[in-house]
Amino acid sequence: MPALPFPAETPLTWYLVLSAILFALGVAGFLFRRNIITVFISIELMLNAVNLSFVSFSYKLKQNDGHIFSFFVMVVAAAEAAVGLAIILTVFKNRQTLEIDEVSSLKD
Amino acid sequence: MLLWLIPLFPLAGFGLNGLFGRRLSKAAINAIAVGSVLLSFLWVVKTLSALGIFNGGLLEPYREHYYTWIQSGAFNISVDFAIDRLTAVWLGIITGVGLLIHIYAVGYMAHEGGYYRFFSYMNLFMFFMLVLVLGANFLLMFVGWEGVGLCSYLLIGFYFLEKFATDAGNKAFIVNRIGDFGFALAIFLIGVHFGTLDFDRVFAAVKAMPVETQAGWITAAGLLLLVGATGKSAQIPLYVWLPDAMAGPTPVSALIHAATMVTAGVYMVARSAQIYLHSALALDVVAVIGIATAFFSATIGLAQNDIKKVFAYSTVSQLGYMFVGLGVGAFSAGVFHVMTHAFFKALLFLGAGSVIHALSGEQDLQKMGGLARKVPITCITLFCAGVAIAGIPPFSGFFSKDAILAAAYERAPWIYWVGVLTAGLTAFYVFRALFLCFFGDYRGKPPEHHGSHDHGHGHGGIHESPAVMLIPLVILAALSLGGGFINVPKFLEPMFGEPHEGEPWLMYVSVAAGAAGILFAALFYLVSPALADAFVRVFRGPYRWVYNKYFVDELYDVTVVSPVVDGSRQVLWRVGDVRIVDGAVNGVGAVARATGSLLRLAQSGYIRNYAAWVVAGSILAIVFMEWRGGLR
Repeated sequence: MPALPFPAETPLTWYLVLSAILFALGVAGFLFRRNIITVFISIELMLNAVNLSFVSFSYKLKQNDGHIFSFFVMVVAAAEAAVGLAIILTVFKNRQTLEIDEVSSLKD
Repeated sequence: MLLWLIPLFPLAGFGLNGLFGRRLSKAAINAIAVGSVLLSFLWVVKTLSALGIFNGGLLEPYREHYYTWIQSGAFNISVDFAIDRLTAVWLGIITGVGLLIHIYAVGYMAHEGGYYRFFSYMNLFMFFMLVLVLGANFLLMFVGWEGVGLCSYLLIGFYFLEKFATDAGNKAFIVNRIGDFGFALAIFLIGVHFGTLDFDRVFAAVKAMPVETQAGWITAAGLLLLVGATGKSAQIPLYVWLPDAMAGPTPVSALIHAATMVTAGVYMVARSAQIYLHSALALDVVAVIGIATAFFSATIGLAQNDIKKVFAYSTVSQLGYMFVGLGVGAFSAGVFHVMTHAFFKALLFLGAGSVIHALSGEQDLQKMGGLARKVPITCITLFCAGVAIAGIPPFSGFFSKDAILAAAYERAPWIYWVGVLTAGLTAFYVFRALFLCFFGDYRGKPPEHHGSHDHGHGHGGIHESPAVMLIPLVILAALSLGGGFINVPKFLEPMFGEPHEGEPWLMYVSVAAGAAGILFAALFYLVSPALADAFVRVFRGPYRWVYNKYFVDELYDVTVVSPVVDGSRQVLWRVGDVRIVDGAVNGVGAVARATGSLLRLAQSGYIRNYAAWVVAGSILAIVFMEWRGGLR
C-alpha cells in the first residue's frame, strides 16, 4: 500500500495549529472590526477555537476532562450571548449606532 | 485622709464656673469660686490638725497612693500625694492667702467683664498649685508646675483686648518655657541616673552618695533644677517676665505673682534640699543668683513710677532674698520668708489694687498723693505691710529677713552686707511709693475725668473700697504684723535641722538699714521733695540706667529675641517651611498628579483599545514564560 500523502491519523499539532489560527482570527476581528455584532462574533470565534483545542487534547490523551470543559465553555458562551445581545440591543436603542468606538463612556 | 479632696474642690469650681459661668448669676459664681477655695482651706485645716500639726505631730511624711500612672519595666511613676511639714506650710499659704484674695477679688472684679472666666482661671490655678506642692514625685510636681504657668499666662492676658496684656502674657509664657526646659532636663537626668522620680527614693539615693566636691551628676541636676526655679521664681537671668506680668488684674498679681506661684521655685529648691546639700557648687550658685537678683531689682524698684511695677520689682527682690536663704543652707529661713512675704506682699498688691480701684484705674504714682484721708483703711493696712517688708521689729518681715541674714553672715559675710544694703533699699522704695501715694498733695486729674481707662471702674469719685475688699486687707495686715511669731524655722526643724542663731549686732545693723531707708524716703518725699529732684539731677547718668531697668529688656531684645524672630522668619519660615516642608508636600502632590495623568492615557474608553492591552499583555506573558523556559 503506497504511502499516503498525509499521515494516517491526523496529528495533534494540526488541530492545535487550526485552533491557533481560529483564535488569532478572533483576536484580529475583535481588534480591527468596528461593528459591535462582528466583535461579538469574534468573541464566539475565540471561544470555539479554545473549545477545539480542548477536544483535541481530550481525544489525544484519552481523557474526558476536555470534553467536559468544552461543554462548560458552551454554556458560558450561551449565557454571554444572551447578556451581550441584550446590551447591544439597549445600546442600539439608546444611541442608534453599532459603531463600537462611539460607545466609550465607560472611561468616565 | 482623702488628700485628693484638697485640690479637687478648686477643680470642681473651675469646671462649674468654666462650663456654666456664662449663664450663672454673679452671686452663684462667687459662691462657687470662693466656696470651693473655702472648702479646700477647711479641708487643709482639718487634715493638718488630724495629722497632729498643732501639737508636734507630722514628723514623718504622710503619704497616699492613688494609682500607677506610668509603668515601664522597672521605672514606674505613680500618682501619690504626700504631706510633710514643708508641704504643710505651703498648703496653709496657698489656701489661706488664696481664700483672702478670692474674697477680695469679688469686690475688685465686680465691674469687670469676663467675671466667670476670671474666677474659673483662679480656681484652676489653685488646683494646679495644690497639685504642685502635694505631688510626691518630680513628674507630678512638673504637672502642677506647667499648670500654674498656663494659668499665669491666661490671667496676665486677662484683658486680652489690650496688646500690652497679651504681649505680657506671651512674654511670661515664653520666658517660663526656657526655665521649664531646664526643669525637664533635670527630670530626665534624675530619671536616667536614679531610675525613679519619686522624692523619697531619689533623696534617699542622694543621701547615700558622697558630697560632691567637684561637679558631677548631683551638681548637674541641682543646676538644671535651678534653671527651672529661676524661670518660675523670676530670678536673674529670667526675671524679666514678672514686672510685665502686672498687666493682669491686681488680685492675680497678688495671688500668682507675689504670694504663691512665684514661690514654686523656692519650694522646688527646698524640696530638693538633699541634692543641694550634696553639691557645694550648686548651693553657692543659688546664693549668688539670689543676692544678685535681690540687690539688682531693688535698685530698679527705686525709680519706678507705676505702683504695681514698684511692688513687682520688690517681689523679684524678695524672691532673691528667699534664694539667698536657701543658698546659704538656711532652708527653713527661706521658707519662713516665703510665708511672711506672702502676707505682706499680697497685702501690698491688694492695697495697691484698692488704691487703683479708688482712682478708677490710675496706677501712676506721680498722679496720686494725699490719699490718706480719702482711703484711710487702705492707707493704714498698706503701712502695716510697709513696716513688715522693711524689717522693723517685731513685725513679720523682720523675723524672716533676720533669719536669712544671720545664716548668710555665717556662710559669707559679703552676702550679708549686700543683703543689708538691699534691705535699706527695700525700705526706701516701699515707703517712697507709700508716701507718694498717700501724703502730699493730690497730683492727678480731678477724679471726674476718669473716662476710658482700661480698668474703667465706672463709678465716680475717690472712694474707699467696699467691705468685701477691706476685710481681706485687714486680716492680711494683722498677719503681716504678727505673722513673724509663727515660728516656721522651729516647725521645719525635723526636716532642715536647727536654725542658725545669729549674733545680735547683725540684727541691729539690718534693722538700722531698714529704718534708714524709711527715714531717707521720708526726707525725700515728705520733708523736702525738692531734694529728690536735686538728687536725680546730680546722679542723672545712674538714674537713667535705673529708670530704664538697666536696659535689660532692650539687651535681651537685641541678643535673644531679634535673632530668634529673624531666624524664624528668614530661615525657618521662608526656607524651612515654605521651601522644604511645603515643597515636599506639594512635590508629593505634583508627582501623584503627573503619574495619574500619564496612566489616564491608558483609560481611553475604547473597548478595542483595552482588548489590545490584554493581547499585548498576554503576548508579553507568553514571551516571558518562553524566555524563562517555563512552557516545556
